[in-house]
Amino acid sequence: MSGGFPEAAARALADAQLRRNLGKATSTIRAKRLATVAELPDWDALRDAGEAIKARTMATLPEQLERLEAAVTRAGGVVHWARDGAEANAIVARIARDHRSDEVIKVKSLATDEIGMNEALAARGIRAIETDLAELIVQLAHDKQSHILVPAIHKNRAEIRTLFERTIAKGQQLGDEASAIAEAARLHLREKFLTVPVAVSGANFGIAETGTVMVVESEGNGRMCVTLPEVLVTVMGIEKVLPEWRDLEVFLQLLPRSSTAERMNPYTSMWTGVRPGDGPQEFHLVLLDGGRSDVLADETGRQALHCIRCSACLNVCPVYARTGGQSYDSVYPGPIGAILSPQLFGLERHATLPWASSLCGACFEACPVKIDIPSVLVHLRAKVIREQRKRLDPERLAMAGLARVFASRARYERAQRLARGGNGPLGRLGGRVPGLSGWTAMRELPDVPEQTFRDWWRERRAG
Amino acid sequence: LRVALFITCFNDTLFPNTGKAVVELLERLGCEVDVPLEQTCCGQMHFNSGYADEGLALARRFERVFADCDAIVSPSASCTGMVRDHCPQIAGRVHELTEFLVDTLGVVDVGASFPHRVTLHPTCHSLRVLHLGDRPLRLLEAVQGIDLVALEDAEECCGFGGTFAVKNADTSMAMLSDKLRRILDTRAEVCTAADTSCLMHIGGALRRQRAGVRTLHLAEILAATE
Repeated sequence: MSGGFPEAAARALADAQLRRNLGKATSTIRAKRLATVAELPDWDALRDAGEAIKARTMATLPEQLERLEAAVTRAGGVVHWARDGAEANAIVARIARDHRSDEVIKVKSLATDEIGMNEALAARGIRAIETDLAELIVQLAHDKQSHILVPAIHKNRAEIRTLFERTIAKGQQLGDEASAIAEAARLHLREKFLTVPVAVSGANFGIAETGTVMVVESEGNGRMCVTLPEVLVTVMGIEKVLPEWRDLEVFLQLLPRSSTAERMNPYTSMWTGVRPGDGPQEFHLVLLDGGRSDVLADETGRQALHCIRCSACLNVCPVYARTGGQSYDSVYPGPIGAILSPQLFGLERHATLPWASSLCGACFEACPVKIDIPSVLVHLRAKVIREQRKRLDPERLAMAGLARVFASRARYERAQRLARGGNGPLGRLGGRVPGLSGWTAMRELPDVPEQTFRDWWRERRAG
Repeated sequence: LRVALFITCFNDTLFPNTGKAVVELLERLGCEVDVPLEQTCCGQMHFNSGYADEGLALARRFERVFADCDAIVSPSASCTGMVRDHCPQIAGRVHELTEFLVDTLGVVDVGASFPHRVTLHPTCHSLRVLHLGDRPLRLLEAVQGIDLVALEDAEECCGFGGTFAVKNADTSMAMLSDKLRRILDTRAEVCTAADTSCLMHIGGALRRQRAGVRTLHLAEILAATE
């Protein structure tokens, strides 16, 4: 990842079709979300409650996870602890092999995308089949996700039709109707639901009190996965635990309205261990750390773990709406990705992401659990700058020079005088800065005026 | 009422007319204005760019300079936000100009007259950091002769974001061109805002395009008696 976000974004911006698709999709969902949220007079109180529950959960995370483990075990499930993605993937592969299956069906899950589970299973000869329509599209196209909720948001209908025709529809012509295209996916998936013995899911929430695990979705394909196979494996990030069953009252109002702008999502599946004669007869819960404990140690950064993956911040972000998700080079794109990816996967690897924002604050305003994304971005910027302290780039030198200028009135006023001739650190602020070509490509720089405000003020007072 | 003007380094050096307008406006409304000349920069640029140590040191310095002032007024929403968040000793005494006019002085009609077609870009920090709400709009609506036109997608960022406009120049330009299109759609002669930095960004592009639309800080309209 050489040029990081700015370069990837520039490439995406050149794609006019992508910009139109994204602009249209995000502005539609933005308006819908505002309307749905406005229906609830206590929306802001709900957000406060969501934030408070998440903060309390994080403060007592070890305890909540042990409660969850005990409750799941009591209900007949098996709990596994995975320090990282490799451990989690190995556990899932072992379970599939124990059941002599070379296929697993998958509920849409960001946690498993995060740890590259499909690839890890493929390396062990096990095929993971995505059953969420958008995930299936991404998988069949060997593409990458571009949105948390709608991973194929960057693809239009014609592209999807062509893709299905040469893959799951096996050459059959599908026509222009959305229903015909969806039918091809339906036929392909139904066979898998009925024959593959192992399913893998993620989790929106896991309730420590009862051991209940839960997935919310729109299509019902997730419901098929968690009910039909013999074995169900859930990979859940440890931050997804909620202390009590009643906490769902808050989150089941916050999530669908923020996510799809619906009052209620079409399918909410909950399962508590196993029950003879009903659903999967074997249930495994894999609790994934994957860097989360380290994030928890950062007092400012830890609120990123409060995220309930609604994607409201993506939909309102003016940067995301123009660059699309793939520019963020992570399964977590958009504003939340810009604070999660550097923390989970390494500041060095994602060093440009904290700057992929104008700090406009639209994300913070939309976030259902009030994650102060702009503040975390600024916090991460400072971390990157501190880590690169030894590097002597022009920006660092300029910033050091300006800090010296601003630290003294005499130096500041001298710099103002120099600026009038276009010289000195402040003169360069108003013009002729190397590396400002991006600015001057589209905008004029302001002329440095003959008289500063303070000179005018002094003159006026003397006068 | 004695008022200490927090002019901001940006206006002081590059946009003195904004400061002059604030002084004229406040004096017209009966305030006694002082400009502490020890002030330089509040540290926002450093802090938001990741130079936290430098930014916070400047914020400390700023706090000392204004320590004895009762009411501190600034024509910049984003600089006011920085001071409010990072200068706890004086945070409660710092007012953004429109807050000061509407809340402290209790005036909406400031006796201005500006017979031109104007559109307001509400700016991100005005909206989402300071929560200025409709204060800027109410002040403008009371200006005599003004033809105020609503800006579509007004609440969306213009793409400035300080160093964002340089570090992510392509994305910034994409955001700016959409903002420009909205401004030109209004057929306004003047685009105004409560922050000069956004206006520098927008105005720089309007000038490049020779669009015939000027940018003016809100204070300059409120001070006008054309």
